[in-house]
Amino acid sequence: MIGIEHYIVVSTVLFVLGVLGIFLNRKNIIIILMAIELILLAVNINMVAFSAFLGDLVGQVFAMFILTVAAAEAAIGLAILMIYFRGRGTIAVDDANQMKG
Amino acid sequence: MDYATSLHLTATEVGLSAIALVLLLVTAWTGAKAARGITIAAVAALFGALIFTVSLPNGGVPAEAFGGLIRADSFAMFAKSLIYLATIACLIVAPRYFESRGGFRGEYAVLMVFNAVGMGIMVSAVDLMALYVGLELSSLSSYVLASFARKDEKSSEAGLKYFILGGLASGIILYGMSLVYGFSGTTSYDGIRAAFTADFSTGAMFGVVFVLAGLAFKIAAVPFHMWTPDVYEGAPTPVTAFFASAPKVAAVAMLVRMATGPFGGQVEAWQQIVIFAALASIVVGALGAIGQNNLKRLLAYSSINNVGFILIGLAAATAEGVSGVMVYLFIYVFMTIGSFVALLMLRDENGNALSTFDDISGLSTTSPLLAWCLLALMFSLAGIPPLFGFWGKFVVFQAAVQADMIALAAIGIAASVIGAFYYIKFIKVMFFDEPKGAAPAKAPVSHWAVLGLCVLVVSPLGYLLGPMLGDAADAAAQALFYAA
Repeated sequence: MIGIEHYIVVSTVLFVLGVLGIFLNRKNIIIILMAIELILLAVNINMVAFSAFLGDLVGQVFAMFILTVAAAEAAIGLAILMIYFRGRGTIAVDDANQMKG
Repeated sequence: MDYATSLHLTATEVGLSAIALVLLLVTAWTGAKAARGITIAAVAALFGALIFTVSLPNGGVPAEAFGGLIRADSFAMFAKSLIYLATIACLIVAPRYFESRGGFRGEYAVLMVFNAVGMGIMVSAVDLMALYVGLELSSLSSYVLASFARKDEKSSEAGLKYFILGGLASGIILYGMSLVYGFSGTTSYDGIRAAFTADFSTGAMFGVVFVLAGLAFKIAAVPFHMWTPDVYEGAPTPVTAFFASAPKVAAVAMLVRMATGPFGGQVEAWQQIVIFAALASIVVGALGAIGQNNLKRLLAYSSINNVGFILIGLAAATAEGVSGVMVYLFIYVFMTIGSFVALLMLRDENGNALSTFDDISGLSTTSPLLAWCLLALMFSLAGIPPLFGFWGKFVVFQAAVQADMIALAAIGIAASVIGAFYYIKFIKVMFFDEPKGAAPAKAPVSHWAVLGLCVLVVSPLGYLLGPMLGDAADAAAQALFYAA
């Protein structure tokens, strides 16, 4: 029988993978965008699982909001990445070093 | 609660959204030609929203809109007024900056208005879902604003860094929210408070910590401050002035509302975290600023430092502490806007920014009035009496002492002395060093007006506002502790 714990474990693993994807990845900024999406999807799994478990619809409505905002966020992220690439000609993480303090 | 009342309580958000949409269409049709007109319209709209917010009658009793998603109380009123004021100031000073750097576009004003709407929702939301929507509306427009100078490599890099770390922060807040929802069974603040008072499990604790960590990112508190200097340096200066003022007010207000509302029954769970973040922010903000040569980076560390003092007020977890936070925020907004407007006015005849210590050395001989204004702002930021900045520090430390946190207050005061070092260095370079670079060009009246207002508020004359400000801040704090 699959209980709520299993869902929480899966979402936690996805969340940690997403965070590690941001910090360990030294190559490509697109991978960072994918990692951010992974975090949001982990949250969605949590929301929907809790919603089903509690018999309360609010969590699923919340998940719809998160999906919508995630789409907008990805669009803005890619747009910023575009102007960054136009100016710099690269999207390697290590090259984002114009400012150091 | 009928629909008309809900609309009346959220009239500023509804009205500003409608105006922003219209302005967006106008921008799309007219291109860059109408940019100045659109900015003036946006300033007028925000000014109208400010007047409406201040005049909204609410007699201390919180009124809820849309079935308990949004609460219009004096706390939200106070925070929103500050947000609108800061946004107006950052709109007024923007056109000249962008026009000298390849053209001003109307989208700037549109994004600022959308941002103000999002921040208004953030400070008045009493439901996790409404909060999330407001937070993202504000964050998403901020990412675009940070990279608004498209041709400038530093600006696009700042936008990229802000986007990645802001997206991570939103993800962390959301993950916390999902745990809070799962362990309390509701997203409404009052419901969460009731559920957590009955049963506070380890999972719920994780949720609270995640939410607080994400919020610390948004307000740039240590240990989540790494993005601040880079983003502040790279973003166009009017946008930096905005980031350091309005979104910071909104995020702090949101943090205060969450800490005292839904998590208000678990003070011991978050108090340690807030105390640590407060002390670490003060120390890192003070030490990090010492080696900086770039003035925008310096002010970025100064804002980290100030967030620490604001958090001391929250750490007290009392109505006096929250009232102190609000007073501090009010003074902080004027100090920050004033400093950044002064930085904007520092530019040579060709429009290049004078952005380092070398550029401003001997400013007192080349541009005495500006130097004296900066002197007042820096002494005020350092918290030296009789300037008004001292009062903000005084009220938060007083609240901490009243809450029996004498050690916290003592360490905070000691660390604020370290902070005074670089504010005084700023003044030393302006007044006692020989002029090296070009003299700053003449600044337009609008900049002088904003700067003059800010300097007037932080000057000893600001104490005339003291009683009124104190009453408003007390009312705001009472609104949060109304239910408790």
